[in-house]
Amino acid sequence: MSQPVISVQNLGKRYYLSHEKRSDTLRDTIAQKFRGLLGGGAGAAGQEEFWALRDVSFNVNQGDVLGIIGRNGAGKSTLLKLLSRITEPTTGRAVIRGRVASLLEVGTGFHPELSGRENIFLNGAILGMSRLEIQRKFDEIVAFAEVERFLDTQVKHYSSGMYVRLAFAVAAHLEPEILIVDEVLAVGDAQFQKKCLGKMSQVARDSGRTVLFVSHNTGALQAICRSALWLQSGLVVRHGPIGECLTAYLASGNESAVFTPANTAKPHITSVALDRAALAGGRFRLSVGFKSPFPLSCPVIGITLQSRHGQPLAGSNGRMMGDRWTPPAMSEGVITAEIASLPLHSDTYRASVYLGDAVQDYDQKLDAVEFDYISPHFYPQSPPLHVIGQLDLPWSWSVEPGQPPGK
Amino acid sequence: MSHPDTPDELVLEAGRASRNYWRDLWRFRELLGFLAWRDIKVRYKQTVLGVLWALIQPAVTLAVFTFIFGKLAGMPAGNVPYPLLVLCGLLPWQLFSAAFSNASGSLVANTHLISKVYFPRLIVPLSSVAVALIDFAIVLVLLAALCFWWRFAPDGRVLLLPLFIVLTLVTAIGTGLWLTALTVKYRDFRFVVPFLLQVGLFLSPVGFSSANLPNWQHVYALNPMVAAIDGFRWCLLRGEPVLDPANLAISTGMAGLLLVSGLWYFRRMERGFADLI
Repeated sequence: MSQPVISVQNLGKRYYLSHEKRSDTLRDTIAQKFRGLLGGGAGAAGQEEFWALRDVSFNVNQGDVLGIIGRNGAGKSTLLKLLSRITEPTTGRAVIRGRVASLLEVGTGFHPELSGRENIFLNGAILGMSRLEIQRKFDEIVAFAEVERFLDTQVKHYSSGMYVRLAFAVAAHLEPEILIVDEVLAVGDAQFQKKCLGKMSQVARDSGRTVLFVSHNTGALQAICRSALWLQSGLVVRHGPIGECLTAYLASGNESAVFTPANTAKPHITSVALDRAALAGGRFRLSVGFKSPFPLSCPVIGITLQSRHGQPLAGSNGRMMGDRWTPPAMSEGVITAEIASLPLHSDTYRASVYLGDAVQDYDQKLDAVEFDYISPHFYPQSPPLHVIGQLDLPWSWSVEPGQPPGK
Repeated sequence: MSHPDTPDELVLEAGRASRNYWRDLWRFRELLGFLAWRDIKVRYKQTVLGVLWALIQPAVTLAVFTFIFGKLAGMPAGNVPYPLLVLCGLLPWQLFSAAFSNASGSLVANTHLISKVYFPRLIVPLSSVAVALIDFAIVLVLLAALCFWWRFAPDGRVLLLPLFIVLTLVTAIGTGLWLTALTVKYRDFRFVVPFLLQVGLFLSPVGFSSANLPNWQHVYALNPMVAAIDGFRWCLLRGEPVLDPANLAISTGMAGLLLVSGLWYFRRMERGFADLI
């Protein structure tokens, strides 16, 4: 096959950011038109141009499995949306040779009031399968999802694990020539994730299908992709073999950072490194290297986790630990902090780090790392994070029927 | 895969979305059926009375209108029972009002689909009309029961009824396309829909016969629902009132204009839906 199945040339997508309100109201438009008439061309006041994707060009050959990497806001999802025909490009063009199915979300169009059986048909149709095709694969889908007993139960009564399994099972049985998959494997339990990954690489290997795959899970990317496209701020940074791209990408990130001190006469932080592999499993591990011109009697590292907007969410340091933190004196070393199960929802976070000893602080690196966290927990009906906040605490619920106590 | 006749080469470019649109629409026809089926299934889930709701509303409206227009205002009905006259007006009106309001709200109600999968967006408002048709069929049963009660049998004109059902749907879809596309950009139009329906109910000859308005007939016919309602009565009530061809032409023309302009506006706005919604 000499012709690429996907060829993208100078693709760009521009959005207008409105600084006032998100959804237009007629009044705004009318007011703006008037202002435009009176003030002479000030119609687009309060709007800012924003290129989500700019001058992106690349080719994908048949049977290629392309991983798309980059930080939040790099344009990965916009690229997938353009290639899936959900939105139109502003500039450039893309030529696609073959049938496309895209999976940008787990369970698109699932209706909570409908049963599992009904949702298989509905979701299949939404993803582009015909009724006959769904019927033919129905048993296979049900077996893959492991929900036989709950087929006629309404999906709203499903656990989130079952929900994800069913949704992915439908998608996994699509048979397009080109499959476009956004960050959907991050959800569900580890065992099922493995099963999905296996299915995906099998699809790519055995049938020569082309797959475009966005993920933050470097392990998964390495396992199934041959090449990668690395995007940053809407631009292509690199397009090449998966290994090279991933190494460069991870090295580039401020998920790890090395600092050259301004003043070596003072104890200072030399490096910060986030353990990406641990994070993919929900474990937060941050290592901070330090150096000091004199031995620090009791070196202490402090870490503050912040939301993407910089709001502090949680913090700790060795001093707070009291008797449990008694390291020997040293003039250089690496201190690692760990949270076994990070209680946060999927989002972008930052961490600031501090260096000190038992009594005083010496150095600080504010916003030393910024990272995308994809939580292993998935809540299909979750309200947006600005409503419920970033903390994913281990809630438990109980109910007692009858009249509430009191008056 | 379901679409074996997909073109070998698909070009994505600004302003290119309109190519093969109608072919795509045909290819996604099964999805139209599935979305309609979903809406119908979900509509009566967790309701105790279920389908009875489709009967209660028109039955109560029927009683009220018969009382107000027939008894209080004493409007003439020719030689048919007044409730039958009203029900023959209510039937197309309810069909219009349900189809129109479902279609108007359909895009915003399906935001999650529009921002995550591709298909010709026209499928969304079209499929939302199906629920209205089901309710309509149920009310037809009420009509049959009333006809039986008054021993009133329609004649052969009833065979032309589908034409007027189509006229009603064309009107509803035409206006619905306008409103649903406008609502994506300007949420203000959500408030316009109930208002239009309320005004429309009194501007259409639902509770009375349009024969009671001898003047301004042609102007009145600019409302396509006038011909639809008159047509329903003509088909079901043995040719009463007599249909005026000029009025029929005006109403049909208006309905056609609404549909064509609605399609034009919807198609023009469609490519931006996913970015705006």
